[in-house]
Amino acid sequence: MIVPWGETKLIQGNEAVALGAVAANIEFFAGYPITPSTEIAELLARYMPLLGKPWIQMEDEIASISALIGARLAGAKSMTATSGPGFSLMQEGLGYACMAEVPLVLVNVMRSGPSTGLPTQTAQGDIMQARWGTHGDHPVIALAPCSVEECFKLTIRAFNLSEEFRTPVILLPDEIIGHMRERVTFPAEDSVQIVPKPVPDVPAEWYEHYHSTPTNISPMASFGSGYRFHVTGLTHDTHGFPTRRKPEVDAKMERLKHKITRHLDKLEDVRMHDVEDSRVVVFAYGSVYRSALAAQELLKKKRKKIGVFRPVTIWPFPDRTVKECLDDKDVVLVPELNQGQLIHEVERMTSDEVRVIPLHRVDGYEITPEEIVASVMEVM
Amino acid sequence: MPKPLPYEYKYLRSSKRFPHVWCPGCGIGIVMGSIIRAIDALRWKKDDIVMVSGIGCTSRMPVYVDFNTLHTTHGRALAFGTGVKMGNPDLKVMAVMGDGDSLAIGGNHIIHAARRNMDITAIIVNNNNYGMTGGQFSPTTPIDAKTATTPYGMIEPSFDICELMKGAGANFVARGTVYHIIELDSLLKQAFDRKGFSVVEVLAPCPTNFGRANRLGGPVEMMKLLKDNTITQGQAAKMDPDKVEGKTLRGIFVDRSIGSYMERYSSLCASVEEAAGGTQ
Repeated sequence: MIVPWGETKLIQGNEAVALGAVAANIEFFAGYPITPSTEIAELLARYMPLLGKPWIQMEDEIASISALIGARLAGAKSMTATSGPGFSLMQEGLGYACMAEVPLVLVNVMRSGPSTGLPTQTAQGDIMQARWGTHGDHPVIALAPCSVEECFKLTIRAFNLSEEFRTPVILLPDEIIGHMRERVTFPAEDSVQIVPKPVPDVPAEWYEHYHSTPTNISPMASFGSGYRFHVTGLTHDTHGFPTRRKPEVDAKMERLKHKITRHLDKLEDVRMHDVEDSRVVVFAYGSVYRSALAAQELLKKKRKKIGVFRPVTIWPFPDRTVKECLDDKDVVLVPELNQGQLIHEVERMTSDEVRVIPLHRVDGYEITPEEIVASVMEVM
Repeated sequence: MPKPLPYEYKYLRSSKRFPHVWCPGCGIGIVMGSIIRAIDALRWKKDDIVMVSGIGCTSRMPVYVDFNTLHTTHGRALAFGTGVKMGNPDLKVMAVMGDGDSLAIGGNHIIHAARRNMDITAIIVNNNNYGMTGGQFSPTTPIDAKTATTPYGMIEPSFDICELMKGAGANFVARGTVYHIIELDSLLKQAFDRKGFSVVEVLAPCPTNFGRANRLGGPVEMMKLLKDNTITQGQAAKMDPDKVEGKTLRGIFVDRSIGSYMERYSSLCASVEEAAGGTQ
């Protein structure tokens, strides 16, 4: 048994991602070595042959994500793991998977950039790349774990969401989370819910690969299952064939948007600590969230009260909840391991009366609780 | 215009997807017909076949055939195809690509698919230029040739696709033309039937771009060039070496049975599972 169900273990974040993939019944892995994500590929290189499932190291990241899409179209649930520069190369395939509505999981263990940057150090540099890295309007789901245990749980959730929404899901641990070792208590196997692959229930001659449904999410057949269909990155009709007709193009693009925007309740995932009765709130995600919680404790000792707001699902951004919960605050401090990415979304959802203050760190080291405390003390 | 034979209809999405996008005199439709005849001869089931393509004129082929079809991004057909094959090893995977698609933007993928000996048949329609974007030079544009991006003549040497694939490790490598149809049907049939990576380069005319830029005449004249400028290896062996110079050779250049990737991966899984003692 690869996943130590029900046991407590000291493991690494990247290891938890690999185990989460096995728990979610991964059926194909393709990747290319890149720090700080490599442990995921290395561990799956051990696990996958044991499970009799395919694993391959491709010639680059473009090939890796391309192979993932091919494998999922052939019926195999697929995942890859990379970091910033590889994520840049994968944008081509990511856009294709969005357009062709192919489920897959892309793990991007974030390091610093631009370009090669600081390869072995942490950053939250790819928040906007995850949202807008590929060209054109497209749906995106991205999750940011803050602990080793969450690396396991959110990898499973990423697989589930990708199958449920028929779209790629990006997991965004920062390097600290990927390389951290923590105690994890694994759940019982039967307590973990795995979303089955959506399959059509109509005869092959009635099958439309992009059938228009009330939920905007269509069942999906696999190559070789008797449902012969066409897949293309060109804008296509409900059968998957290229089209330039306005009603068909509009319908496709609306569907891509609405399958996310009309299911925000299922996707939104936030954590709030003392937000309601605090005038000052720290908005943080990933490893920075842990520093924010520690800062909250330090400030309690100084008899200062702050709230902590954390989005677990980064994309789609929790617009409504941020507006509801943060728009009446005096100050929202947004510490990020970049020069200010998600802060713009917070600014967008709050009025001018709210002071939204950044705290940046881009030297590859963590934002400490003391740094957050110091920033809070300046405004309190 | 010759009509498709009744059995060829069976393999076409004939009711909706025609007329096709290719220019008069283009060779790609002939390659499609040849692929269909080879598959019919092998009695493959349509449900089991996956045709993958990249971007370009050749890459529009999957729209017209009634298989599982996958039109991907530029140069990536073999990377997508690798995933398809590994995701479901029972599928028979072919990739149809142009010369620019497979050798320039897809150059990395094709050498590694050949090196791995991945169980895919690659069909490269070589018309010496990028047709869809208006006739720019490709890695197979001959020296001195005029294209939209070599207005003063091509100065880069070109790839010999068959030599490249032989060196990279493919199990089966052949070259045919769209003039020598019966020979092409046979080459494709053999390529489909091989395990591992098989490659068929098909020389084809592009009268609209390459032909016009180099004053090679219309479709008929360009077909005649394929007839006159290519010879089989058997013919070459009997000819005066001086006369072979400048001719392009046709036929099978490599036919070997090195273990294919899928064979090696499945035996790896079997030995790993055995070593684990069935505890999994």
